[in-house]
Amino acid sequence: MSTRVEPTAIPAHARGRLAWPPDALAEKALEIRRDIVTLLVDSQSGHTGGPLGIADFGTVLFFHEMSLDPANPKWEGRDFWHFSCGHVTPVIYSLMAERGYFPVRDLLQFRTFEGHCQGHPSAHDTPGIEVSSGSLGQGLSVCVGVALASRLDGNPRRVYPVMSDGEQQEGSIWEAAMSAAHYRLDNICATIDYNDIQIDGKVQSVMGIAPLAEKWRSFGWHAIELNGHDIPALIRAYDEARTIKGKPTVVLARTLMGKNVSFMEDDYHWHGKPPKKDEGERALIELGTTYEAWKARMLS
Amino acid sequence: MNIALADPVPMKKTREGFGRALVELGEENPNVCVLVGDLSESTMTHFFAQKFPERFFQMGVAEQNMCGVAAGLAVMGKIAFYSTYGAFAACRDLDQIRVTLCYTKLNVKIGGAHGGISVGPDGATHQAMEEFAIMRSLPNMSLVVPCDFHEAKKATKASAAHPGPVYIRFGREDVPVVTDESTPFTFGKGEIFGEGTDITLVACGTMVYEALRAREELSRENISARVVNLHTLKPLDADLLVRSARETGAIVTAEEHQVNGGLGGAVAEVIVREHPVPMEMVAVWDRFGQSGKPSELMDAFGLRAKNIVAAAKRALARKR
Repeated sequence: MSTRVEPTAIPAHARGRLAWPPDALAEKALEIRRDIVTLLVDSQSGHTGGPLGIADFGTVLFFHEMSLDPANPKWEGRDFWHFSCGHVTPVIYSLMAERGYFPVRDLLQFRTFEGHCQGHPSAHDTPGIEVSSGSLGQGLSVCVGVALASRLDGNPRRVYPVMSDGEQQEGSIWEAAMSAAHYRLDNICATIDYNDIQIDGKVQSVMGIAPLAEKWRSFGWHAIELNGHDIPALIRAYDEARTIKGKPTVVLARTLMGKNVSFMEDDYHWHGKPPKKDEGERALIELGTTYEAWKARMLS
Repeated sequence: MNIALADPVPMKKTREGFGRALVELGEENPNVCVLVGDLSESTMTHFFAQKFPERFFQMGVAEQNMCGVAAGLAVMGKIAFYSTYGAFAACRDLDQIRVTLCYTKLNVKIGGAHGGISVGPDGATHQAMEEFAIMRSLPNMSLVVPCDFHEAKKATKASAAHPGPVYIRFGREDVPVVTDESTPFTFGKGEIFGEGTDITLVACGTMVYEALRAREELSRENISARVVNLHTLKPLDADLLVRSARETGAIVTAEEHQVNGGLGGAVAEVIVREHPVPMEMVAVWDRFGQSGKPSELMDAFGLRAKNIVAAAKRALARKR
């Protein structure tokens, strides 16, 4: 059992909206980053850069914004989240485990035959994953369906799709964007991890998506641009989205791939590979711990 | 049972059975939702739209999104039917069907209209003849190919009760009505539509009528043919197929679909393992369709009773 004291009064595993303050969120985001690096050192397979970049807004979503019940993932009163960019499983699973969907120790079986944490999210395997994903461009459509169903049921649920920036190149994203605006789905608040990096290099050089905010606005969405590592700004943006009526909101979170690990930041080579043991040890020292200490914490 | 064909045989569209069943489902279950991709009259989902506008979603010419939206509705407990032409439902949406629908095993039902060469004048692009192969290859997917109006209605209603994704294939044209409201239909079970001892004719969709006609022709030559209506291609009624192989010793399959990976392939996969007998296949032989009248295309592509009769004789010649 962990002897660690949670940084706020509301326990991390509680049902409902945690609304943690910024300092507690920053501390949790740091722990999420440590989980990500440690699990990747053990799996020696998976994506590193994107998950580290998502850690801040992911923590704001899971520990501040969304109403969830990790013990009962299908709780009627839940908000709905879905990572359309399924390849960022290290951060998805770390957020889920720290929030209480399953034991943190399960993260150490990422991508293994024995574990439930599949390479890409599997509703069949992992408790709390409601829809499988991994082929890009499909998730926003799913969220449109969830938003329509929630409205039909008179359920005040809010719906939180997460997309990558490379994924904006998929045509189906824009089909979904069109339909969300057509049906005036103001219960949707999407976040785009805008780090300008995809597998083959800078997004703008692979297949330009700029001007992205203007694209979304022209499709009928309310778009908010911000620094995706600025936790108070993220809290304000998600608050603002709740006030927008008659149209969906998209948060364009400008992030740094590999954030907080100096030799990974903004380097596209870290999109799809895990750190070797020595690289992971160096990364964890930069993140204020050691591999051994953090692995022991995850196993505790 | 033995199906007796009326004279003249009444004609009706399978897609109308789909549209009528959706209205009944809507009345029975408030969770039934319907989506369409700018083809509400073609898919006959407009009946549902008129009656339940709040549960009907027009998705425009954006089929991939329609599939995903249906998935999202299903995540929240709805039974979501979406419909468009089979060419788009099965081919354009395949990635969404595979990952979002099947891998998650969501309660989404796909109404694939305008299947087969009998679509006619629209030509090859709109004559879906690959859906069986595609849907059969996907884990968690079910596939139903009703033979007429009544069976389309029953299949649609049964698919709503079957958990997980289901693809239902319809045609465009009026087709012979060979069943009635009381004809048995069990999801996943084939039905003997004509008893016989020398050979089994296994058919689905429009080809069930052609198989019944072939049975009549064969009987005039003292050949006793069993007709199996195999409306559900997945899950497959292996027991009935193996029993028919044992009891009759030869099989002909008939389908309005490419020979590759279709009904014939599904039957063969069971028969070669369980009880090999001479088999012949009547199907579209690895080629695209073309424009023409439905009847002349059925003739030209060899999808008639006489083609089944010829195939039966070939199979019987190989039977020891």
